[in-house]
Amino acid sequence: MDNHTGFDFRGNIRDALGNSQLRKNLKFAMTALAEKRRAIFTDKARFEEMRTTVNAIRKRSLSKLPELLDRLEKKCTENGIIVHWAETTAEANDTVLSIVKQHGATAVVKGKSMVSEEMHLNRFLLGNQVEPIETDLGEFIIQLADETPSHIIVPAIHKNRGEVGKLFSEKIPGTPYTDVPEELTEIARAELRRKYYETPVGISGVNMAVAETGTLCLVENEGNGRMCTTAPDVHIAIMGLEKVVENLTDVPPILRLLTGSATGQLITTYFNMITSPRKAGEKDGPKEVHLVILDNGRSDILADPELRQTLLCIRCGTCLNHCPVYVRIGGHAYHYTYPGPIGEILTPQMEGLETAGTLTTASSLCNACSEVCPAMIPIPDLIRRLRNESYDTGGSVKGHGYKANPLEKVIWKGWELVNRHPGLNALSTKMAGVFGPVLPKAGPLKAWTRVRNRPTFAKKSLHELVKEEGVSDE
Amino acid sequence: MNNNARERIFARLRTAVAKGDFNIPDAPPLTWPSANAAERVASLKQKLEAMKAEVYVTPSGEWVEKLRAVLKGRNLNRMLFAPDTAVGQALKSGWGDANGGLPELFTFDGTVEAYREELFFKVDAAVTTAKAGIADTGALVLWPDEKEPRLSSLVPPVHIAVLSAADIYSTFTEAVEQGKWADGMPTNALLISGPSKTADIELVLVFGVHGPSDLIVMITE
Repeated sequence: MDNHTGFDFRGNIRDALGNSQLRKNLKFAMTALAEKRRAIFTDKARFEEMRTTVNAIRKRSLSKLPELLDRLEKKCTENGIIVHWAETTAEANDTVLSIVKQHGATAVVKGKSMVSEEMHLNRFLLGNQVEPIETDLGEFIIQLADETPSHIIVPAIHKNRGEVGKLFSEKIPGTPYTDVPEELTEIARAELRRKYYETPVGISGVNMAVAETGTLCLVENEGNGRMCTTAPDVHIAIMGLEKVVENLTDVPPILRLLTGSATGQLITTYFNMITSPRKAGEKDGPKEVHLVILDNGRSDILADPELRQTLLCIRCGTCLNHCPVYVRIGGHAYHYTYPGPIGEILTPQMEGLETAGTLTTASSLCNACSEVCPAMIPIPDLIRRLRNESYDTGGSVKGHGYKANPLEKVIWKGWELVNRHPGLNALSTKMAGVFGPVLPKAGPLKAWTRVRNRPTFAKKSLHELVKEEGVSDE
Repeated sequence: MNNNARERIFARLRTAVAKGDFNIPDAPPLTWPSANAAERVASLKQKLEAMKAEVYVTPSGEWVEKLRAVLKGRNLNRMLFAPDTAVGQALKSGWGDANGGLPELFTFDGTVEAYREELFFKVDAAVTTAKAGIADTGALVLWPDEKEPRLSSLVPPVHIAVLSAADIYSTFTEAVEQGKWADGMPTNALLISGPSKTADIELVLVFGVHGPSDLIVMITE
C-alpha cells in the first residue's frame, strides 16, 4: 500500500485481478467496444483530420473560457434558464438541494451524469431526505446494487446478465429471475415509467453547452435523458465549466467523434438540444430550467499550459476501453469517480497528488489511450508530468513533492557527480562489474526482483572494451 | 455566496487564460462529401433502417394512405396528432374512420398538466413532423413548438415522423448552417436516429427502453 494515499490502490488491484468473473466480463465488453470503434473509424487519415478539428475546437474553447462562459450565462438567462455557479462540489450539491426543496420535491429522476457522480450527489440527496432515482439502465442497475459506476459510458459493464437478473429478482418486489436482456430491460422500463410520470424534478448532465445560443446538449440512446429533461416541472442541468463550446457549428464534429469513440455509433438515438424552459403557448416541457456550472479545481488545471489539456476531454470513455490496465482491473479499483487513463490525470489534479497521486502508477505508458483519444490529449505525457510533480518540491500541482525523499535526492546527486567525472565514472563501472553479481537481494533490489530478473552486470564496461580495441577516448 | 463564487471562478479563469500558450492547431473546416437529392434519401433510409426504424418513401399526396396500410392490424387504439400543423391537417383529412384495426386519431386540449395520465398510459402512437433529415448519419431533426408538444415523440410506444425529402441535408453541419439554426433555437431541438435502445447489459442491443420501441418514418417526395 502506498502509505501516502487515502486508499489502498494495490489492495484494490489485487482483489480485482483475483476476481475471474470480473475480468471475464471486462475483457469481453472492452474488446467488443474497441472493435465497434475500429469499425466506424476505418479511414485513418480522415480520423486524424477529424480529431485535429476536435482538438482545435476544444483548445479554442479553453482559450476563451471566461468569455464563453459569460456569453453562455447571458444567453441562457435571456432564454429563461437560471444559471448558478459552484466552486466546490459541496456548493453544487447545496444549490441542487435548495432548488429541489423550493419545489417541495421528495424525489428526483436522474439521467446519467458523471459530474453528479463527482459531486456524490445521490448520497447527499439521500442524506437530505430526497430520493434520487437513476433512470439510465446501467445506472439503475448499479443503484440497485448500491455501487458506483465502473465505466464512464457503460456504468454497469462489470456485471453480466446473470448478476443483473439476480439483483433484479432480489431488489425489485415481485420480480422473478430472468437473465434475458430484453426481459430485464422491460422490467426497468415498467419500473421507471411511473417515476417519470409522477416525479416533479429531473436532473441531467450536459455533454456540451453552446455559448452562441445558450443551448445545452445531451447525448443518449435510451430516452431517459429526454424523459428527465421534458416530463418533470423542473429540470436541473449540471455541468463542469469546461464543457462550453463557442458556436453551434462546433457541435457536429465533437458529436461525431464522441459517439464514434464511445460506442462505435455514427450518432446516438437521441441528441437533445435544450435552449429554454417551456415558452408561453407551449403545451409541455419543464416550467423551470436551472444550469449549475461547477468548477471543482478545473480553473486551477487551466492555469498550467501542459496539464490544461486534461480539460479537452469529452468523456467518451474510449481511453478506458483501450487501456491494458483498466481492462484487467475495471473502474472500481481506481476508487475515485473517473477511472482509467483519464482518471489517472484528472483525479490527482482535483484531489491533490498526496491523496490520489498513486493513480499515476497504473500505466505502462503504452500510449494506446492517446492514440485513440478523439481530443488528442497526450495522456502518457501528462502521467509522466504528474509522476515528476510527485517528487518535485518546486512543482505546481496540488500536493506536489509528496514523494520527495532526501536520501533519493542524495543518491541522484551522487549519480550526477559520477557521470560528470570520467575518473569516477570509470571507477564506478568497474565496481559494478565486480560487485554487481554478488549484491545481496535486499532493500529496493529485493522489491525490484520480486517480479523481474536481477540485472546482470558486464564484467567490463564499454569504456574498457573500447580501450582494449585501441580506440582512444576522444 | 453564489455571486462571490462566480467572481472567484472568473478571476481564476482570467488569470489562467492570460498565460496563453494554447497551441491551437491549424484545422481547416472539415469538408464532407455532398450528396445529391436521391443519394440523400437513400442514405437516410438505409441508415435509419440499420437502426431498426421503418422507412417508407411515398409521393407527397399518398403518405396518409400508405400509413394506413402500414398500421393496419397493429392493434393501436389511439394515435396522437397535432391538428394545426400541415402534417396534422393532411392526416385528418385523409384518415377517414378508424376501422379495420386502425387507430383512432386523437388530440389533447390545454397543457400537459391536464392530460398527463392519459398521455403516459393510454396513447399508443403519435404522428409528428420532422423538420429535417441528416443523410450521412441517418437522423431526423425534430423542432417541437406550440402546435406540436415535445412529449408526443417520446412517451407513446410508436412514433411516426413525416419528413419531406426536400428537407434532407447531407450532414449535420449543413443542416445547422443552411438552416440558420444559430438565428433562433427552439425550446428543444432534437436529433432522432431510431427507436430508443440500450446496450447496458453485456452490450446486448435491446430496442424500446424509455422512449418509443417503434419509429416509423414517412419520407414524402
